[in-house]
Amino acid sequence: MKRSKPINSATNSSSRAPRNISSPAELRELQRVMSAALFRPLTPRWRMQKRWIDGRPMEEAAADFIKPNDRLSSFERLEIYNRQYWFRVLDCLWDDYPGLRAVLGQRKFMRLITAYLARYPSDSYTSRDLGNRLEQFLREEPQWAAPREELALDMARFEWAQIVAFDGPSKPPVTPDDILDTPAEKLRLGLQPYLSLLELDYAVDDFLIALKKRDSDALRAEASNAVGSAPTARARRKPIRPPKRAKVFLVVHRHDNMLYYKRIDPEAFAILSALAQGATLENACSDAIAASDRTNIDWATQIKEWFDDWGVLGWLCRP
Amino acid sequence: MPANPFNSFTDYGIGIGLRVPHYRHILAKKPVVDWFEIISENFMVDGGRPLEVLESILEQYRVVQHGVAMYFGSADKFDREHQKRLKRLVKRTKTPWLSDHLCWGSVDGRYTHDLLPMPYTFAVARHTAEKIRAARDYLEVPICVENVSSYAEYHASEMTEWEFLSEVVELADCGILLDVNNIYVSSKNHNFDPYDYLNNVPHHRVGQIHIAGHSKFEKYLLDTHDHPVLDPVWQMYAHAIKLVGSTATLLEWDDRIPSFDEVHNEALKANKFRDKQLVESAA
Repeated sequence: MKRSKPINSATNSSSRAPRNISSPAELRELQRVMSAALFRPLTPRWRMQKRWIDGRPMEEAAADFIKPNDRLSSFERLEIYNRQYWFRVLDCLWDDYPGLRAVLGQRKFMRLITAYLARYPSDSYTSRDLGNRLEQFLREEPQWAAPREELALDMARFEWAQIVAFDGPSKPPVTPDDILDTPAEKLRLGLQPYLSLLELDYAVDDFLIALKKRDSDALRAEASNAVGSAPTARARRKPIRPPKRAKVFLVVHRHDNMLYYKRIDPEAFAILSALAQGATLENACSDAIAASDRTNIDWATQIKEWFDDWGVLGWLCRP
Repeated sequence: MPANPFNSFTDYGIGIGLRVPHYRHILAKKPVVDWFEIISENFMVDGGRPLEVLESILEQYRVVQHGVAMYFGSADKFDREHQKRLKRLVKRTKTPWLSDHLCWGSVDGRYTHDLLPMPYTFAVARHTAEKIRAARDYLEVPICVENVSSYAEYHASEMTEWEFLSEVVELADCGILLDVNNIYVSSKNHNFDPYDYLNNVPHHRVGQIHIAGHSKFEKYLLDTHDHPVLDPVWQMYAHAIKLVGSTATLLEWDDRIPSFDEVHNEALKANKFRDKQLVESAA
């Protein structure tokens, strides 16, 4: 895949590695220089950049601290690590964001996540967290997703919520007995930490379901021996229409350790959002009803049904 | 020799890495496996499916933890959150020993997610050994450090890799996870005799051995863990077993992972060398 020009990561490292390492401070300097080299994006041909941050030829900068051998120059040896770094982190985000990749197209997706990682290298010991600032980056630099800025933002939020729901923490769900004696005007409930409430402008959930169905159909056909069932390249690449603009209130959660997303009514969303922000049960419900433009609803019955559902799903816990 | 303080005096046989594509098979078929190695960081999570799988595995199998992000060689102090979660996992798995790599991978709180080579100097050995001791004291479990495969060497280095490894483990008084494949890969990339490496590390400290496959490129070897073990590595393994005795051994297969049975059968080939060594010892 052809890639765009590299965008260099802002680093606070010095540009020269110490030649001798006789203290932890010198070790840190060496590690700063080497990591700065690794974090620099590759060229469009997936090679290490030819110039170092101080303008010197990269060959010279690499030779400062890396020994050559009889087959590889210092540049080439350092380049192995530079390439491995980028292949690894790009692979991770490629797997974590199939929806965003489909929305933007592969080339634009690669440009976006390269720019993202150049600006925000990983700040966590686990690559699971690589996307933890992608939403922030898309808000700061929406041009990377143009002309689908809002859609990309919705999709990035949705896919990050799935990562949280997959292995995020949980608390013991509250039971009716737990709250029996607390009046509604004093009762405060929390939401499970693994649960995300998303107010979206696009139906990204339907889009992702269609995308996964297309990919699993293609895989199933590939695995079958039936005559005529082999997938064609065209079938695999068949584009899925981008999601239309539509207000969606979505809960991304897990149940029995399986990942789910569930659309809910705006009033239900408002109640859950208010609870998450610390409102009492009474205020959360009354504010949501007051803000609703729906009429002819038996709110008492409706709200009881919602809470019954949420209880079964284990969404509610102590704050 | 096989049971030593560095593997909590256990006598584990041939294990394999617990990997996602095999979960369903293992949980449904319950194959006979001596032990599983888990990547600690994959289970240092707060909830969900990973912990559910781990609980099921722990009910039926012995598990040893292997980490990829302690970064004993980083100039940074340990990530406190990482250490806390790791300790919680150690208590959950009751791992008899814990391994991680003799490498660095982060600086100033930024992570490369790679196992980067160390400059082999006495000052760095002292710094690294201090961190290993601190980790062992905090985690309250024996630690084995693994030699990594590498593609670059630093001008700053003052000794060979095996001298550095020996210096670190003696200063830290810790064990070695001897990765035979990594020694082979590095020997080709840096032009040294891999048997010099095997012969010159403190054998009584070897608590575990890793074997794996690698890939050959035009000018270097890459440690890819996506192949069966190659013959030169098996030969080195046989030599290692002669030197250190019958030792807990694990096959790493992390990419292009074939069926569970294929991986397990490849691992069990190690028994041939262990059995031969036992016969020779008895004689």
